Amino acid sequence: MAAGSSAPAVGTVTPAVSLSDVQVSFRLADDTTYTAVQRATLDVADGEFVAIVGPTGCGKSTLLNVAAGLIAPSNGTSMIFGSPLTGLNRQAGYLFQAEALFPWKTATENVAIGLEIAGTPKTQARERAQQWLTRVGIGGFGDRYPHMLSGGQRKRVGLVQVLIRDPKILLMDEPFGPLDAQTRQIMGNLLLDLWSADRKAVLFVTHDLEEAIALSDRVVIMSAGPAARIIGNWTVPLARPRDIAEVKLERAFHELHREIWEALKDEVMKGYQQTGGG
Amino acid sequence: MNRTSLLALQILVAVVAIALWHVLTKYPVCGLSYFGAEKDCATILPPFFFSTPLDVASRIVRWFVEGTIWKHLWITLVEAMLAFVVGSLAGVLIGFWFARKPMINAVFDPYVKMLNALPRVVLAPIFALWFGLGIASKVALGVTLVFFIVFFNVYQGVKEVSPTVLANARMLGMSERQLMRHVYWPSALSWMFSSLHTSVGFAVVGAVVGEYLGSAAGLGYIIQQAEGVFDVAGVFAGMFVLAVFVIAIDMIVTLIEKRLLVWRPVAAMDTR
Repeated sequence: MAAGSSAPAVGTVTPAVSLSDVQVSFRLADDTTYTAVQRATLDVADGEFVAIVGPTGCGKSTLLNVAAGLIAPSNGTSMIFGSPLTGLNRQAGYLFQAEALFPWKTATENVAIGLEIAGTPKTQARERAQQWLTRVGIGGFGDRYPHMLSGGQRKRVGLVQVLIRDPKILLMDEPFGPLDAQTRQIMGNLLLDLWSADRKAVLFVTHDLEEAIALSDRVVIMSAGPAARIIGNWTVPLARPRDIAEVKLERAFHELHREIWEALKDEVMKGYQQTGGG
Repeated sequence: MNRTSLLALQILVAVVAIALWHVLTKYPVCGLSYFGAEKDCATILPPFFFSTPLDVASRIVRWFVEGTIWKHLWITLVEAMLAFVVGSLAGVLIGFWFARKPMINAVFDPYVKMLNALPRVVLAPIFALWFGLGIASKVALGVTLVFFIVFFNVYQGVKEVSPTVLANARMLGMSERQLMRHVYWPSALSWMFSSLHTSVGFAVVGAVVGEYLGSAAGLGYIIQQAEGVFDVAGVFAGMFVLAVFVIAIDMIVTLIEKRLLVWRPVAAMDTR
């Protein structure tokens, strides 16, 4: 791959994802322009777990979609392992917030499809899919259709659907948003387990600051939209491996949480006022 | 409510209706004077206009015992099935094509709406002229009914693929062709199958109406012949056989649907 060959320059390491000065504007129906994200610059190193936190409607997901190549920025560049991104980001796996499984395929078929379309023989792809399902604890549910699975089980299927293709970058858009608190915690630990086995670059979008700190190496804060900017960047000093429930009891966790919250809360209030919520 | 008591209630409705019909057409009431009746005593519903359940039943039994009905049932079945197959194929292909090519859709949209708004009965004489009085003209009439139902459903199915599922498919690396096969096609088919009851029903309607307006065989022909000679028992018997025929087909469709749409949540399946 061209991206790989240019990577190990002496002294500097090419980031997995590098967004610089990214601006995203949409043209609205009444011919005015809405700027969702403005001048966002963000690097994610290979093997780094970065969480983006921000108030509702601040354009976190927009930024993620730029990194995925689903949205082309109106300005600025996005580089993937040193090469400019044109079209979809083929190095990335994307875990969506909404239901993204194919409802007409069983869990096994859903997981295997990523390999099948890349040319892996069907039986072999199904076998690998079964192994992955077993690895995330739902090996016995392979022949169920998505509507027969619980929300947590569907997220597990979605997670291995992405991981089975072994992407170098993992993009996650509030993946555990719709789940209940306990399931979120279990899924968080599962994600950390899988991630620590082979460290991929992760860009994880969430509105939940605790979740962000507990999971990531670095927390990036965005301001309230429109024209959201990146307004802060904190390194998380917590040791790995972590257990999400336990790490939240640590002192360092609380200090960091307080510090980030100071910066975030004004933006959250602004975000609420703008979206008419609250 | 469990299945048995539901079935019992459903049968009860039929029994009450038939019993009422029997009583009203069989037992005279005195002191009535209508339709210029000269007698003092008459049944509330005159059998000449309403026949009686026993007459209708014996007519049906006779048809089946003599075996004359089988030919007509077979003809209607063949016409309906042909109309369904041809109409569905055309609907799927053209619906898919229109949904994937917005330009084509934009150009033809007013014409599709025009044709769909046309009452098909007015087409029957033209089809009889074009295709003769045999099976072909009935199939053509059925096709015009089935086609639009399938067409609109397939079009909708392709258009309404969840954007998230689509984005996911793209991120998983699907090419345009793979998207077609793994996303658009199953979605379109599921919409088509959810309208299976309607389209099969309309295929039968097309066949029977076509026969009624001009033919030499089929259930519609039987009913039309009976009406021509004021044979009310024959008309009702024909209607009854047609009703049972339609219910039998509907049950088969339900079985097929259950096999094809296993992946669907139960609530979403009942779209009739």
